[in-house]
Amino acid sequence: MDFRNAEELLDLCNKNQIQISHAMKQRECSLGETTVDSICYRMQHVLDVMRQSAIAAVKNPRKSMGDLIGGEAKRLSVHRAKGKDICGNILGKGLTYAMGILEVNASMGLIVAAPTAGSSGIVPGLLLALQDEYHISDDRLVDALFNAGAIGYLAMRNATVAGAVGGCQAEVGVASAMAASAAVELMGGTPEQCLNAASTVLMNMLGLVCDPVRGLVECPCQNRNAAGVANALIAAEIALSGIDQLIPLDEMIAAMYMVGKKMPAELRETALGGCAATPTGYGLCSGCGK
Amino acid sequence: MKRFRMGINMSFISVFDVLGPIMIGPSSSHTAGTAQIAFLAQKMIGGAVKKVEFTLYGSFARTYQGHGTDRALLGGIMGFSTDDTRICDSFHIAQERGLEFSFKIDKKDMDIYPNTVDIHMLSSGDREMTVRGESLGGGKVRIVRINQVEVDFTGEYSAVIVIHRDKPGVAAHITKCLSDSSVNIAFMRIFREAKGHTAYTIVESDNQLPVDIAAKIQQNSYVSDVMIV
Repeated sequence: MDFRNAEELLDLCNKNQIQISHAMKQRECSLGETTVDSICYRMQHVLDVMRQSAIAAVKNPRKSMGDLIGGEAKRLSVHRAKGKDICGNILGKGLTYAMGILEVNASMGLIVAAPTAGSSGIVPGLLLALQDEYHISDDRLVDALFNAGAIGYLAMRNATVAGAVGGCQAEVGVASAMAASAAVELMGGTPEQCLNAASTVLMNMLGLVCDPVRGLVECPCQNRNAAGVANALIAAEIALSGIDQLIPLDEMIAAMYMVGKKMPAELRETALGGCAATPTGYGLCSGCGK
Repeated sequence: MKRFRMGINMSFISVFDVLGPIMIGPSSSHTAGTAQIAFLAQKMIGGAVKKVEFTLYGSFARTYQGHGTDRALLGGIMGFSTDDTRICDSFHIAQERGLEFSFKIDKKDMDIYPNTVDIHMLSSGDREMTVRGESLGGGKVRIVRINQVEVDFTGEYSAVIVIHRDKPGVAAHITKCLSDSSVNIAFMRIFREAKGHTAYTIVESDNQLPVDIAAKIQQNSYVSDVMIV
């Protein structure tokens, strides 16, 4: 059992009356020659590591290896505790988790690439925030991760999730699409709505360049993970309200890939363009030998 | 960064390739991948490494410190896997263990794949070996050179690497040993310096390799060394 694109995935879901997470589990079991119990057990471990990394930075802020970030999750948490936050609980918590995970990542802590290390905050950020708010069980969150995995797999198979190939839209964009789709399933949406949400995210993040200051996974990566949570939330809300998406996910994945390939190399993880090439960003680059 | 170079031993894209690897940050290519290359290298030399020199090329040469590439390489050489939190302290641990290490930066070689490292090792048994690895993104790696011979394997499968003279019958001997032990071969390739000279046969298998397989293969007089990875 396999599906090569979102259209085949949707057919499979509609024909068998199953969720995307279920289809992804079936695919994993048949191609990986394993059992549902074994992959769910493994995914629970993924979730455990995600959760540890999401809360670690709030408790123990640490400076990053490159010294560009550190302490953001704690500040956000303190700010929210004062009651003057403007994002609301889910977005507020989600972006705190996401930025915290990027801090953990940049200070050599343990994280789960989702789909990459530089975009590792978005999927856990949003899902854990939803879990907090709606008291969702871990079992259901594990299912949501399979849903997210299905979207990531489609992007990996039919396009790219490498910043060096497709820019930040391929990393943060895809991570955000994964999170949006997973959130829709978690909140009771249909498979079609999940795919619509993912498509909306790719549309909204199309063209985002990969321009890490000093070539490090710190700035603007950490802020973009927060933006990824917000984009996922917006797209999920639009889909859950029943608004259709004009352009199907397969076409948006293709469009994202095409835009990525047209990006000049300076804007694909080489630290030669965008934020990295600003006077400030470049000024920080004295030590990196260009 | 996550970039796959499609090859003959590319397995299907698993959900755990999307949500994974579970790794010490900050970069799947510069941290997790390099730890994995060094981890494979120490398995290949078989035994504790007492001295190691890493040569970093391309992007590694430019950004290795900010990505903890140096700590990851050193951790891998000590047998730490990509999710081992000791990687962060690997300099300290190496010093405690008396492991001599150094890093060389090569910014001149531009023809080489951007994320490449050479690992020159000396084992406690005074065995010397140089391994070249490439980090392909997403924590995926491949070993492309052992000593002077170009090879290609990923370490995703159990592998046996046989160093032997390029003579008739050696490959048959290796496959017979494997079939006698009921090992199913996934991939098998032979790489050689030149006709009749040193050759490396790399066999990858889905199964766990039996412990006595190295000794069995070693019995052929043309075989000089067998490594299990």
